[in-house]
Amino acid sequence: MRPSGWPELLWAVAVAVLAAFLPMVANAYWLGLGVDMMMYVALATSWVLFSGPTHYISLATAAFFGVGGFLVGTGMSDYQASFWLMAGLSAVVGAVLAALIGFATLRLSGVYFVIFTLGLAEMVRNLVSWVQNNFLGSRGLYVLTDFRDQHLYWMLLAVALAVYLLGWLVSRSRLGFALRIIGGDETVARHVGINTATAKVILFTTTGFFAALVGAIIAPRWSYIEPNQVFSPQLSFFVVIMALLGGSGRLWGSIVGVIPFLLIWNWVDTSFPTQSILVLGLAFLLIVYVLPHGVVGRIEQLRDRMRGES
Amino acid sequence: MIDILVSGLLLSGTYALVAMGLNLQYGVARIMNLANGEILVLGALAAFWLYTTSQISPLLTVILVIPVSFLGNWLIYRFLLTPLVRRSKSQGALEVESILATFGMTFILIGIMVSIEGGFFAYKYLSEPITILGSTTSLNRLVAFLIACLIGLVTYLWLNHTRPGVAVRAVAVSTEASGLVGINVYRMSAIAFALGGAIAAVGGVLISTFITLDASIGVVFTMKALIIVIMGGVGDIRGSIVAAAILGIVETGVATLIDPGLTLASAYFIFVLILLFRPRGIFGRRSA
Repeated sequence: MRPSGWPELLWAVAVAVLAAFLPMVANAYWLGLGVDMMMYVALATSWVLFSGPTHYISLATAAFFGVGGFLVGTGMSDYQASFWLMAGLSAVVGAVLAALIGFATLRLSGVYFVIFTLGLAEMVRNLVSWVQNNFLGSRGLYVLTDFRDQHLYWMLLAVALAVYLLGWLVSRSRLGFALRIIGGDETVARHVGINTATAKVILFTTTGFFAALVGAIIAPRWSYIEPNQVFSPQLSFFVVIMALLGGSGRLWGSIVGVIPFLLIWNWVDTSFPTQSILVLGLAFLLIVYVLPHGVVGRIEQLRDRMRGES
Repeated sequence: MIDILVSGLLLSGTYALVAMGLNLQYGVARIMNLANGEILVLGALAAFWLYTTSQISPLLTVILVIPVSFLGNWLIYRFLLTPLVRRSKSQGALEVESILATFGMTFILIGIMVSIEGGFFAYKYLSEPITILGSTTSLNRLVAFLIACLIGLVTYLWLNHTRPGVAVRAVAVSTEASGLVGINVYRMSAIAFALGGAIAAVGGVLISTFITLDASIGVVFTMKALIIVIMGGVGDIRGSIVAAAILGIVETGVATLIDPGLTLASAYFIFVLILLFRPRGIFGRRSA
C-alpha cells in the first residue's frame, strides 16, 4: 500500500458526503442494498488496513462480527443494557480478542495465522452456542430498537469513514512505513530494527475492533439474533473477495470490489440460489489468475503502460 | 475412560492418514492446500453414492477412488497450480496465492457436491457392535482404522524404500539441491500432490463409514489435518501419528465428558498450546 496524499483525503470526504444523501433518494430496496454495501465497505476497508500491506489473509472477520452481534443481543435482551453501551463494549471485546489471537499467531509465519483464522468463526460459534445452552438458558435474543435502515446506513457510513481516516493516518505514519517493509520482506524488516510482531498485532487489533463494531451496528436489523446467523463463515470470504477484487494496494480499492460483487451476488442468489456458492469459487480463481492486483491495480498498470508509450 | 482411549485411537488412525496426505502436499509440493477437506468429502460422497445406488461396498470404493483421485489431483496441480509455482518469486508469495486458489477450488467443489447431494451422506455399513479391551465400539471404526494403517504403512515404505520415494523426500528437504542432483523436481512435486489428494479421498471414504458427513463439512477436516501437521511438525510422519492420537483422544474425551459440540473448540485449544509453546511441532527443534 502506498502512502495516501491530501487530494485523496478530499475525494474520500466528498464521496462520503454524497453517499450520506442516498437515504433521501433511494426506495426501500435500494436502501437495504445500500446498508449491505456500507457494511461491506467498512469491513473490507478495515481488512485492507491490515492485510493490504502485510499480505496476511485474515478470515477472522466473521468471528469478530459475530461477537459484536451476539453481545448486543445478549446485553439488550438479558441485561436490559442500552444499544450504545453494548456497541461500545462489542468493539472493545473485538479488539481484545484480536489482540490475543495476534499474540498467539502473528509472531510466527503467515500460514499459521491463515489456518488459525480459517476455522475461527465456526469455533467461536460452537463455543457461544454451548455457553448459551448450558449457562444462559437458550432463550431467544431480541434486539428491539427504533432504528430504521437509514439510521443503520448513516452509522455504517460514519464507521467506514472513520476506518478510512485511520488508514489514511496510518499509511503516512512510521507504523504504516514499517508495515510496508514487513509486507515487502519480513526478514529485512526485522533486521532494520522493526518490531514486526508488535506492528502486526496493533493493526490486527483495529481490524477486530471495527469488525465487532459493524456486527453490533447491524444487529438491530435482524431483531432476532441466532448464533448460526451472525457467525456465518461466508462473511469472511465475502470480505476477502471484495477487498482483493477491488485491489488491496489502495485503501479505497475495496469500494470498487464491493459494489459489483454485491450486485452480481444478489442477482445469482435470487436466480440460481443453489449454485450461488460457485460464484465465490469463481471469484477467487478470477482474482488469482486474472486480477492479481485487483481492478484498481489493473487500471493503474494500464495507465502506466499508456504513459510509457506516449 | 478406556472407552475414550479406544474410540479416540480408532478415530486417530484415519486422522493420521489424512494428515499424511496433507504433509505430502505442503511438505513436498509446497502447496498449502485448503481444499484438502473438500477432496476428503468428495471421497465420502463417492462411497455414499456408490453404496446407495449400486450397493458397492466402501472397501471396493477405496480401490476405485485411489486412481481417480490421483489423476484428478494431478490435473489440478498440472493446470491450476503450476502457473502459480512458476510465477511466484518467493515461498511466501506462493503460499498466499495457493491459499487463494485453493479457496476457489473449495467453493467450486462444494457447489458441485451440493448439486449432487444436498443433504447428509447417511448410510449404514458394518455397524454391528464389537468389543475391544472391554469397550464396545462398532466394526466399521475398527475396519477403517486397519485400512488407514495399511495404506499409511504402504506409503511409508514407498517413501523410504523405493527410488521415487527417496526422490520425493529429497524434494521435501530442498528443492534447489534435489534439482542439482538430477531429480525432476516438478514431476516429483506433481506426484506428491496427487498422492496427497488420493490419500485424502481414501480418508473420506473410510470416515464416511462411521461419521455422517455433508457437502459443507470439509473445512472442519481441513482444520483438523492442518492442526495435526503443525502439531507433529511439517514433514515429520512420526510426529503426525502421535499428534493424530492426541487429537483423536482429546476430541473423543471432550465429546463424551463435556459436549459433542465442543470438538472443534478442543482442537483449537490444542492448536493454541502448540503455537505458544512448540511452534515447530512436538518433536521439532528450536532452530531452523
